[in-house]
Amino acid sequence: MNWLLVVEQCLNGLQFGVMLFLMAAGLTLVFGIMNLVNLAHGSLYMVGAYLATAAFNRTGSFLAGVAFALAATLAIGMLVEVIALRTLYERDHLDQVLATFGLILFFNEAVAIVWGRAALFTAVPRALSGHLQVLPGIPYPAYRAVIILVGLAVALLLYVVVSRTRLGMLIRAGASNRTMVGALGVNIRLLYTVVFGFGAALAALGGAMAGPIYSVLPGMGEEILIQVFVVIVIGGIGSIRGALVGAVVVGMVDTLGRAFLKPMLSTVIGPSAADNAGPALASMLIYILMAAVLFFRPQGLFPAVRS
Amino acid sequence: MRSARALTLVAGFLVLGLVPVVAALANQPFYLDLFRRIMIFAIAAVSLDLILGFGGMVSFGHAAYLGIGAYAVAIPAFYGIHSGLVQWPLALALSGLAALAIGAVSLRTSGVSFIMITLAFAQMLYYLGISINAWGADDGMRLARRSQFGGVVDLANAYVFYYVVFGVLVALLWLGHRLIHARFGVVIRAAKSNEPRMRAIGFATFRYKLAAFVIAGAGGGLAGALLTNQTEYLTPSYMHWTRSGDIMVMVILGGMGTLYGPVLGAVAFLLLEDILSAWTVHWQVVLGPLLVLVVLYARRGLYGLLPGAGARDG
Repeated sequence: MNWLLVVEQCLNGLQFGVMLFLMAAGLTLVFGIMNLVNLAHGSLYMVGAYLATAAFNRTGSFLAGVAFALAATLAIGMLVEVIALRTLYERDHLDQVLATFGLILFFNEAVAIVWGRAALFTAVPRALSGHLQVLPGIPYPAYRAVIILVGLAVALLLYVVVSRTRLGMLIRAGASNRTMVGALGVNIRLLYTVVFGFGAALAALGGAMAGPIYSVLPGMGEEILIQVFVVIVIGGIGSIRGALVGAVVVGMVDTLGRAFLKPMLSTVIGPSAADNAGPALASMLIYILMAAVLFFRPQGLFPAVRS
Repeated sequence: MRSARALTLVAGFLVLGLVPVVAALANQPFYLDLFRRIMIFAIAAVSLDLILGFGGMVSFGHAAYLGIGAYAVAIPAFYGIHSGLVQWPLALALSGLAALAIGAVSLRTSGVSFIMITLAFAQMLYYLGISINAWGADDGMRLARRSQFGGVVDLANAYVFYYVVFGVLVALLWLGHRLIHARFGVVIRAAKSNEPRMRAIGFATFRYKLAAFVIAGAGGGLAGALLTNQTEYLTPSYMHWTRSGDIMVMVILGGMGTLYGPVLGAVAFLLLEDILSAWTVHWQVVLGPLLVLVVLYARRGLYGLLPGAGARDG
């Protein structure tokens, strides 16, 4: 184990954390404002990945692929909100879970009909296929570095939008008292649709960037969705700050656990036992972390203040 | 109206009890297999409803106990222990213990966190299952033979196995009936409608809820033990989160907060799955929107449509 590997894995952890954040931000916004548990958020991530990959393969331009995926998923998200989810805001969480579970089945099968069940692969865009020197002597894949930068930029942008703009003011007001905001003459239904659409676009951005490094296949959304749940539970439901911290922590713990748990264990319990226990324990690590956080702070690290 | 309902229930049990006879007469052993599978999932759904419908605990991780029960049969069998008298109590004990641990953490929260946490823990066990190479990893492993009961009960006989599952289901329903009408069940139901008030009048609701959670988990474990015997195969996919969703859908479809609703839900869901999947491989593209419609427009479930079904009772 050398320090070069450690730095590289830390950056990988940060990169995974940033992906988690893109998902968690949308999910937690939608929950915080509309009080909606949207299991189908992972499906929007998957749809974004498929659309970006398909458009990239057709046009040859990665940026065009991402832009198309963002716009299309934004539209799909708003459409789903208007058709199916709008009536669910007043329902209890169980109804929301079931209805969005139905949406997941639909989306997974729909992409399987269009693109088949086998995984799609795309290459990293050529301009970003090289390595950057993040520190002297430490090369890091340029594409992953760009993901980190994009994610951090989105986090910053989100912060500015939510705390500095009129839309952000409405979002915060809607989260604390939606009836009052509606009574003051704000078109709250439209606001909800727009927020949901932007949440969908964030998920699609994550999916589009995930395409070249993870495999694009039906059901890919749920794998990350459940990790995003862990992020949100750790960070505190409804809080964007919590989502950012939770995402980075979960991304780091998961990545470092997978990279270093096995070699560390093998010095303690011997290599053959570590071969079995290492991967098993590494895959459980973030859930154990979640249990530990809940044990001390059932409301998460940064609980959102709700009226 | 009570008698109309009782009549419907008796008719329902008669139909389930007579499936083997019909299957034998029609020479269609497939139906025996299908309805045994349906009853196994009904057992899982009824046990989930004890906490979901009666206790208001929206657990999205019930498949975890199904998986633990399945492993509790398959792992001893892998090491040559085929006795059901070892395997089945082990399935009950291990799934109950897992429910105790998971419940102790997740019941500290409520609402959405509870949903997410139960889901996350179930998925953790799923990932654990697929990473243990010694026990089949994600391929799973074959069950050499079904649980043995000293030659007295032979599960290799499809009819005997059918009536064993039928017996377990009836016993569970009887137990559930006793439970929800006992003091314990009343506390659970009261905690669902107003927990702070229950605490204020001096009930340690956490302990009651945890006990209910453990009972439901053990029920799921028993269903899992039956399920590996049914398929004669163990796969971690028994614990996959979509399976938890399926079981939850059965409960809602049948009518949550009713004792017999989940059985009806299991019948309807698995028959629908069977019919749709015979029709197209992309059956989920139909099932998904159908589910959304059920949630939006048919909230009381199938049980509410039965003649003489009360508004809310078991």
